[in-house]
Amino acid sequence: MKVDASHEVEVKGKLVTGADLLIKTLIDANVDTVFGYPGGAVLPIYDALYRNDTPFEHVLSRHEQGSIHAAEGYARVTGKPGVVIATSGPGATNLITGITDAMMDSLPLVIFTGQVAKNVIGTDAFQEADVMGITTPITKYNYQVNEIADLPRIVKEAFHIATTGRPGPVVVDIPKNISANITLDDYEDDFYLPGYQPTINPNPLQIIKLAEALSRAERPLLLAGAGTLFADAAQELKEFAEAYQLPVTNTLLGLGSFPGSNELSLGMAGMHGTYAANMAIYECDLLINIGARFDDRLTGNLNHFAPNAKIAHIDIDPAEIGKNIETHIPVVADAKKALLGLLKAKIEMQDHKEWMDKLQHNKKDYPLWYERSDTLLSPQWLIEQVYNVSKGEAVVTTDVGQHQMWAAQFYTFDKPNNWVTSGGLGTMGFGFPAAIGAQLGRPDDLVISIVGDGGFQMTLQELSIVKQRNLPVKIIIVNNEALGMVRQWQESFYEERYSESLLSENPDFVKLAESYGVRGVRVDKEAEVIQTLEDIFAYDGPVVADFRVVRNTCVYPMIAPGKGIQEMVGVKK
Amino acid sequence: MRRIIIATVQDRGGVLNRITGMLHKRQFNIESISVGASEVEGVSKMTFVVEISDRQKLEQLTKQLNKQIDVLKVSDITDKAMVARELALIKVVATGHTRSEIQGIIAPFRSSVIDVSKDSMTIQVTGRPDKVDALISLLRPYGIKELTKTGVTAFLRGQQPDQVTEINSMTI
Repeated sequence: MKVDASHEVEVKGKLVTGADLLIKTLIDANVDTVFGYPGGAVLPIYDALYRNDTPFEHVLSRHEQGSIHAAEGYARVTGKPGVVIATSGPGATNLITGITDAMMDSLPLVIFTGQVAKNVIGTDAFQEADVMGITTPITKYNYQVNEIADLPRIVKEAFHIATTGRPGPVVVDIPKNISANITLDDYEDDFYLPGYQPTINPNPLQIIKLAEALSRAERPLLLAGAGTLFADAAQELKEFAEAYQLPVTNTLLGLGSFPGSNELSLGMAGMHGTYAANMAIYECDLLINIGARFDDRLTGNLNHFAPNAKIAHIDIDPAEIGKNIETHIPVVADAKKALLGLLKAKIEMQDHKEWMDKLQHNKKDYPLWYERSDTLLSPQWLIEQVYNVSKGEAVVTTDVGQHQMWAAQFYTFDKPNNWVTSGGLGTMGFGFPAAIGAQLGRPDDLVISIVGDGGFQMTLQELSIVKQRNLPVKIIIVNNEALGMVRQWQESFYEERYSESLLSENPDFVKLAESYGVRGVRVDKEAEVIQTLEDIFAYDGPVVADFRVVRNTCVYPMIAPGKGIQEMVGVKK
Repeated sequence: MRRIIIATVQDRGGVLNRITGMLHKRQFNIESISVGASEVEGVSKMTFVVEISDRQKLEQLTKQLNKQIDVLKVSDITDKAMVARELALIKVVATGHTRSEIQGIIAPFRSSVIDVSKDSMTIQVTGRPDKVDALISLLRPYGIKELTKTGVTAFLRGQQPDQVTEINSMTI
């Protein structure tokens, strides 16, 4: 006999499973894409995805790491939270690299992991892992759902925490009994987080202090980090810089927050930054950091970092202020709100034409440089052609290493949120899956994944997704048959002992792509590069392009580890 | 310098793990932590005694604690008028003829004997950490078989004087 529960019980709502409730809360959160991979402990959730008519799409990766990097790419280019589902145990532990990456680069992610049923938690059950313990140091916050009635509130809190203040990843660990059990769909999801009240608006007195410092500065400099992108402050940054003719340098992750081709832009600063940017930091008398965290790859030796400057630091996370660099004018605020405050202040500037002239001379006299080759491709020249052919309008994703630095140096970003790279954690295998997420988030844009031959091999199984969905991601392998940055450091600091850094046994990337049903091309002659790029960018589908580049090219300029920001080597040919 | 920092936190699962993990990751040197209920249901109070090298590190510590979502309030009470106490249980070797001698030593500390056996006595002492340490060093010659301390718990005095002496940072 069939019993319809809704007729038996006199209740307001209908009976649903915890997993159905989860789907409902995802709909409430306006989720449009979910990246995931099924498994035992999330079977009730995947069953609910199957049974419910969901307005969002589930994207099946081929490894959980692919799911989470895709969610990161999606979050970076859309500004919306990336949502991930993985099963318990190995499903969850396969996410760890991506969660850490998102934590380091402040990306808003909400990650749902399955967990074994509550009655067997702590018994070393099949596919049990202590996800709460493992993810505590790498999340902004994490939850384990102990009562089904808490689930809607927890999900709402998770989205709130992930996307507000300084964004970050939030894990929600859901035991199988919670997702499988039946409950009423009449739920409460109001929440109150008294310990979490991010400061959005700047203290007006601090803005006045900063404006006063600017009015006294003879050699001012703006340093814009990713905080300006999260705050959607690119427009305000440009207005502010142009209003007072302030030079701007970017961190690696801040690229695009200020137009790279603007006259006021000095380009990227730091270990592989431009001469003009690093010398400006060394010589400035007022450094206004907006949404950057004074990372060691930016600062070099702290004793030589902006030694003569008053430091002003605008950051939404108070713990970043004064962490690495002593700060004279702290401003805890959202970057956009702080810039709006500064734009309202009427600042009488000193004449700083001499300073601006000097910076322009540095820009002109010490441009980024490279050497062409008669045999294989010059990697930097290749990136320049990628920039030219895509008219500088593509979304570009990378892994970590030489190709990443060349992309940062030679692909000039004029618009925000087109640059997707693993900065803090420096994750190999990030770029390609991140491009999948970026393409799903921005279906009408050209998405180019610039990767190395080493990194691509860490997550290339996701070629299945781009084939399955015909996602027109263009994968550009800067193939030097080496772990290029490792090789470079071994050349420079380990007397050319190339320990395990040369990849002479690479696969045939063209055949590999073709085996996935993806178009593959190989180019090793300069003369073919532009035609090939035009061709593949126009092609309506994914492409793996194996560009064979000179093997022993190094990234320059460079600040060697332990050296000061003014002690660059390789500033000229 | 040694500092006493108190934090009020939401009593949620994993909060202690999250805080101690952060302290470990950021290389703060914790001498003791004590955790317990507060006057508000669902809110716990933590007392940290930390050894910190400079002001900048201290500022980082309070900021990193404050950043935790479950942390409601953080205060460094070292330089304020406060009461700080810890409890120690000391099992000391005691035979017939040393028993009364030990009784005489512990009396001025207002500590008490809470267990006696054939060859040992267990002493309970409560007080400022320097007082507890003083008693421990007096008892050490008799042979300490077992020792356990709760760590310091502290809060502000009901009334704060205008001028605060520096005694606290010396003695706690």
